[in-house]
Amino acid sequence: MANPLLEVRNLRVEFPTRKGTLVAVDDISLSIAPGEVLGVVGESGAGKSMTGAAIIGLIEPPGRVADGQILLNGRRIDNLSYDEMRKIRGKEIGAIFQDPLTSLNPLYRVSEQLVETIMTHLDLTEKQARARALDLLKEVGIPAAEERLDHYPHQFSGGMRQRVVIALALCAEPRLIIADEPTTALDVSIQAQIITLLKRLCSEHQTAIMLVTHDMGVIAETADRVAVMYAGRIAEVGPVQDVIKRARHPYTEGLMGAIPTIGGRDDLLTQIDGSMPRLTAIPNGCAFHPRCPKVHFKCHTVRPDLIGDGSHSASCWLMEQQPAQGGSQ
Amino acid sequence: MGPVERIQDNFARFLDSDIWHSFRTSPVTVVATVLAVVMIVAAVIAPLITPQDPFDPASLDLLDAFTAPVWTEDGLWRFPLGTDDQGRDLYSAILYGSRISIGVGFASVILSIIIGVTLGLIAGYVGGTTDAVIMRIADVQISFPALLVALLLNGVLRSVLPGSSHETLALVVIIFSIGMSIWPQFARTVRGSTMVEKSKEYVQAARVIGLSSRAIMFRHVLPNVMGPVLVIGTINLAIAVLLEATLSFLGVGVPPTEPSLGTLIRIGQDFLFSGEWWIVIFPGVFLALLVLSVNLLGDWLRDALNPKLR
Amino acid sequence: MTDSLLKVDNLVRHFDVSPPWLNRVIERRPKSVVKAVDGVGFEIGRGETFSLVGESGCGKSTVARLVVGLYNPTAGSLEFDGMDISSGAARSRNRSAQRRMQMIFQDPYASLNPRWRVMDIVAEPIRFNRLVKGDAAIRQRVGELLEQVGLSAADGEKYPHEFSGGQRQRISIARALAGSPEFLVCDEPTSALDVSVQAQILNLMKKLQRELGLTYLFISHDLAVVYHVSTKVGVMYLGRLVEWGETEVIFAAPRHPYTRMLLDAIPDLDMSGRARTPVAGEVPSPIDPPSGCAFHPRCPLATDRCKREAPKPVSVGAAMVACHAVEEDRLPEWHG
Repeated sequence: MANPLLEVRNLRVEFPTRKGTLVAVDDISLSIAPGEVLGVVGESGAGKSMTGAAIIGLIEPPGRVADGQILLNGRRIDNLSYDEMRKIRGKEIGAIFQDPLTSLNPLYRVSEQLVETIMTHLDLTEKQARARALDLLKEVGIPAAEERLDHYPHQFSGGMRQRVVIALALCAEPRLIIADEPTTALDVSIQAQIITLLKRLCSEHQTAIMLVTHDMGVIAETADRVAVMYAGRIAEVGPVQDVIKRARHPYTEGLMGAIPTIGGRDDLLTQIDGSMPRLTAIPNGCAFHPRCPKVHFKCHTVRPDLIGDGSHSASCWLMEQQPAQGGSQ
Repeated sequence: MGPVERIQDNFARFLDSDIWHSFRTSPVTVVATVLAVVMIVAAVIAPLITPQDPFDPASLDLLDAFTAPVWTEDGLWRFPLGTDDQGRDLYSAILYGSRISIGVGFASVILSIIIGVTLGLIAGYVGGTTDAVIMRIADVQISFPALLVALLLNGVLRSVLPGSSHETLALVVIIFSIGMSIWPQFARTVRGSTMVEKSKEYVQAARVIGLSSRAIMFRHVLPNVMGPVLVIGTINLAIAVLLEATLSFLGVGVPPTEPSLGTLIRIGQDFLFSGEWWIVIFPGVFLALLVLSVNLLGDWLRDALNPKLR
Repeated sequence: MTDSLLKVDNLVRHFDVSPPWLNRVIERRPKSVVKAVDGVGFEIGRGETFSLVGESGCGKSTVARLVVGLYNPTAGSLEFDGMDISSGAARSRNRSAQRRMQMIFQDPYASLNPRWRVMDIVAEPIRFNRLVKGDAAIRQRVGELLEQVGLSAADGEKYPHEFSGGQRQRISIARALAGSPEFLVCDEPTSALDVSVQAQILNLMKKLQRELGLTYLFISHDLAVVYHVSTKVGVMYLGRLVEWGETEVIFAAPRHPYTRMLLDAIPDLDMSGRARTPVAGEVPSPIDPPSGCAFHPRCPLATDRCKREAPKPVSVGAAMVACHAVEEDRLPEWHG
């Protein structure tokens, strides 16, 4: 990866509260190459959505980016003013959120919302913009697009609405899309359709996608690389095949074992005891150590950084002892 | 944990809560609360801190009438805020009067809460025709101004009750009139919250256990809909105090022998232009401060209990 | 066949979703009715786990609520251990049936009264049914229940908001167990939870089933979870069962095209590169369901007969399937 499209360096997101500062994202670094799908997976409270929000500059105050840099095409975007950032959002970075109903304004026709977004970012006449809106709806697979262009959001079903949201994100041909749980609110059959669509768009337009989700299955189907987050940090990152089949971090390993699968009929699932720590009580040392089956004394006090070979690394002290374990290289 | 520990635990939880924190960090609210508490306490203990019982005609001397406040030329130390046309010490009269105003306010708000919350709970939980009937009555009533309803009820009750009981029942009549004129607000709010709570799974869980509707309404739903009631109750306390003052000002409230703040203001306005300004100004200021501080408290409560604004 | 604990026969539940009477008259609109459950029948044997699976709006949660009495059926019958519980009146005649069944809900944040301490929440069924007498004894019993679900007895003094989603779901289970039920209806008990926590809860439910001999009716949209927990499974589509039978049989050789579609749509964790055939279309509105077989607009095997005529369930091997293609023996081979 000589020229990453997006580079996040040592990102830290804080929320000041009256009981002290909460660290939602703690020293995260990652990069996405053009046309790549990076999955960011984690359970609730892992900080995955917050990372996405930081990149598009939409962290709700009093939360703030406290440290680190975000670079898009080599240009820093984390310190831009609201207005400058607004130009980048939509034009260079598109966003898709979990609930398609809240991403669309219920009072405006789909055509109005698409045309407005297109004209904000591209130098087109209204007629051209409308033609482009129609093309977009066709592209995201909405049947009878001519007819449906002038419908209101509530006239679309859940899956179709999510397609409209994707069309809206694609308006200005952004090079990067941040998709936060794009399939979570949808039924399995619709979920499969949306995944197929995202993959197709990615390969046809060379759009990079940061896919934030809690669902390992969606990651396995869609992503090229995956970052597993835990308590605001990256626990493991690597090519999706390696991480899923040869997990290095005990958390990833536990996570994979916890997913019920059809065929593998063990009586009990592998379970990780306990739950993700609250932000108010993140343990010292490795944040996972109270739940880790392979914990040893060092984990209680010293926090491990990402250790690994080339593309696949994990922030776990086990990596230090056996650096060459597994690996696909 | 025994009952004592539970109370201690609840108190500790309260001190650690967002509500307490939001209260402490809002100086306006703290000042308003202190002011309201001082006024209410002063009203309650009025006989202990006043030189005169203004409701006792024997303690009044017409020769003391129209004494100016103490800091003016004609002022007397016996009457720090001056006297009215009957020779009543205004300071004493205000505190005694506010006892009636505040008492009527609390009593009528409690009455309207009991009626409004019960009807709202039933309407929201039972739904259907019961809901329609209760809420249509509330709708009709809310479309008349509260003052008009209170005046109407007052008039009806006075004509129905025997003349001899007017004096003794005056307070009951006015509490009933005010209480009946503001209950629809509580009923509406509680009905709305009840319908939200009713669909939550903890209510369904209680139904699966087999609990009766009454037990579910009062044990499960009621504690969860009381937040907004508290807010409206506080704001309506101010409104009720004002309503009482208005009714008394119009002469249909409490009898003039036992003047409330509104009665004092009515008496005073006759003398506003003849130079005895203090008779209307002091009760007026007291009433305004009381209503303002209770309203400020209500405003803060509304914000503090609304998670969307926090 | 094991002796059956719950018998559901031709269960129907319609919901009136018409606009208010006045609007109907003014706008001249007819009454509209959602057939949420439209003729569902199955049996659950003692100690079994029967799962209902399907997409949103298929009526699986309505079936759960009908079984525990949160709704009354429009038609059809429900029988619990030989007792009729088909209507409110029948239910009040057979009160013991109600005590012997409990429910676990989906949303661990809404299913516990936020103003009550956990102790009181869990004690409620005990107090209501007078199962244990005396405060100290109730306290003791609640402590035992909390420990049984993996919490500590001291947790009883806390309020629900002090617990994580998984812990709250444990409290929910403790409350359900407090009435000493034999039968638990679980409505998507893990779908609001994270995977690692889901595994804990599923394991706990299995452990409790073994220890207490419980019978479960399990509602889920997640086929993998259903496969993991259940002995029998029923697939629902628009208010009807389209295929049901032993779990192993259904998953190894699904026959109904809808079951096949659902199985095909599951993301593939093994990444074997299996070719997927995403099915077009979405679940139609249950207010105006398609004619004949409700699945025909999305079905690759639909014929004219499917549009006209609703298929009757037929027994195929160890499963029941309602599909003309199965009946006419024109079903393609399953790749699984």
